[in-house]
Amino acid sequence: MKGKPLASIVSAGLSKFGKLEGLYAREIFAQAAKEAYERCPRLDPKKDIKALFIGHMGESYEHQGHTGAAVADWAGLLHIPAIRTEAACSSSGVALRAAIYAVASGLCDVVMVGGVEKMTHRSTSEVTEFLAMASDFPFEQWYGITFPGLFALMATAHMHKYGTTEAQMAHVAVKNHYNGSLNPKAHMQKEITLEQALSSRVIAWPLKLFDCSLITDGASCLILTRPDIAKKYTDTPVHIIGTGQASDTIGLYEREDFTSLRAAKLAAKQAYEMADVTPEDIDVAEVHDCFTIAEIIAYEDLGFCKPGEGGRLAENGETTLRGRIPVNTSGGLKAKGHPVGATGTAQAYEIYLQLTGQAEKRQVDDAEIGLTHNVGGSGATATVHIYIKG
Amino acid sequence: MTEPLTFTIEQFYKNINQKKLTGGKCLTCGKIHLPPRPLCDNCLSTQFKWVELPRKGTLLTYTIIHVAPSQFQKMTPYAVGIIQLEHNVNLPGIIKDTPLDKIKVGMPLEVELEEAPQSQHWPQWPRYYFKPA
Repeated sequence: MKGKPLASIVSAGLSKFGKLEGLYAREIFAQAAKEAYERCPRLDPKKDIKALFIGHMGESYEHQGHTGAAVADWAGLLHIPAIRTEAACSSSGVALRAAIYAVASGLCDVVMVGGVEKMTHRSTSEVTEFLAMASDFPFEQWYGITFPGLFALMATAHMHKYGTTEAQMAHVAVKNHYNGSLNPKAHMQKEITLEQALSSRVIAWPLKLFDCSLITDGASCLILTRPDIAKKYTDTPVHIIGTGQASDTIGLYEREDFTSLRAAKLAAKQAYEMADVTPEDIDVAEVHDCFTIAEIIAYEDLGFCKPGEGGRLAENGETTLRGRIPVNTSGGLKAKGHPVGATGTAQAYEIYLQLTGQAEKRQVDDAEIGLTHNVGGSGATATVHIYIKG
Repeated sequence: MTEPLTFTIEQFYKNINQKKLTGGKCLTCGKIHLPPRPLCDNCLSTQFKWVELPRKGTLLTYTIIHVAPSQFQKMTPYAVGIIQLEHNVNLPGIIKDTPLDKIKVGMPLEVELEEAPQSQHWPQWPRYYFKPA
């Protein structure tokens, strides 16, 4: 089993990320689907695609549930089975794993997996409230604890335990904004300075505006096949060789440690073991930087550095585009944007580009092995996937 | 008191209304649950008893919320934190009655219980808050 391809990505699509005024979620998904179809001329979508897995977090944004069938229809894929998955910000990370089950079991030869969210037509206050639904209602939301608040509680704990600084967190923002400036599909395509990040207004101390990811509209998708038939569709597939997923308490407060996400560590361990690779083998990674502190914790949970050293890794530039291990070359959730349901497969889209040499100005030289790390809520769900150039 | 469906979040808040901060103690393995739950996650028992919890705790971590959901907007900025009570149980909540710049990790705090809000909507739960011990 070790290092054996579980499923292969033969195509991928991503809508523009940003404020997409006047569009409904399923219309945004149609853009991502169209790109995936065009990238793969040997695929006959209507004939070949046997199931759709779609990550989508919230009915509240558009007063619309039942996303699976609606999105399948708008992607031109009726009457295939369509399954919507919800795991907060890891909704499409979980969809990806479900799609791997379908392909690896032999039940389906070709499937589409993706995610979508339309958020920007709502006020910040409404979005804050909708996102908070992914946290514990009776003990967190009931006491006015927001999502930035939950990650701020982790940041305070990390600062207290390891001496991590606000400047180190700001370095993550500066790096990801630089990467975003090279990504034509990113929501924010401009660089920021350390001073700008540090002097931005406080959202939930110690987190400031530039420590937070963006409220964004967007959609992403992948076409997955059984590995043995991938070459029928493309000469340059990307194989998924490791998948991991774990859960943790819905309430942050019930955990023993606030400086690490246990679900992410467990998911990473499963994925590394399945792929038969170590953190040192990873050439490029997309990690869940919903807040800058989350990227620092991700470095540690994924084994890119020891616990407590994540802040220094950011400060020393080891995760920049030309650093030892480039992280969030797309701009991450921070600059590319975070349409929550779309994020998991949008991360996989960037790794697909990197491993097939299509990442243009942000291409990492000789990238062969990539990793995605997608976290739901304050860490009650995490998925980790490992990819290799085919 | 061993009827499992008594050990609910709803009942926890009813006990707050009775001015009691309570957890559910598993009669099989002894784990104290806050919030209470009808199935022990440690040993899968459904046998519990209510125990009153100590009100004093230590602040493990905190944040100052500046951007809040609409319901809390008029309180901003406000502090929330997670405290650890004896018996190794944690509780999150709002920290009041102290200047925000005096809040420090490790400070002793005490749980204070409030009256239930007058509301026609679910949930009609009272709140607790933390104040300097």
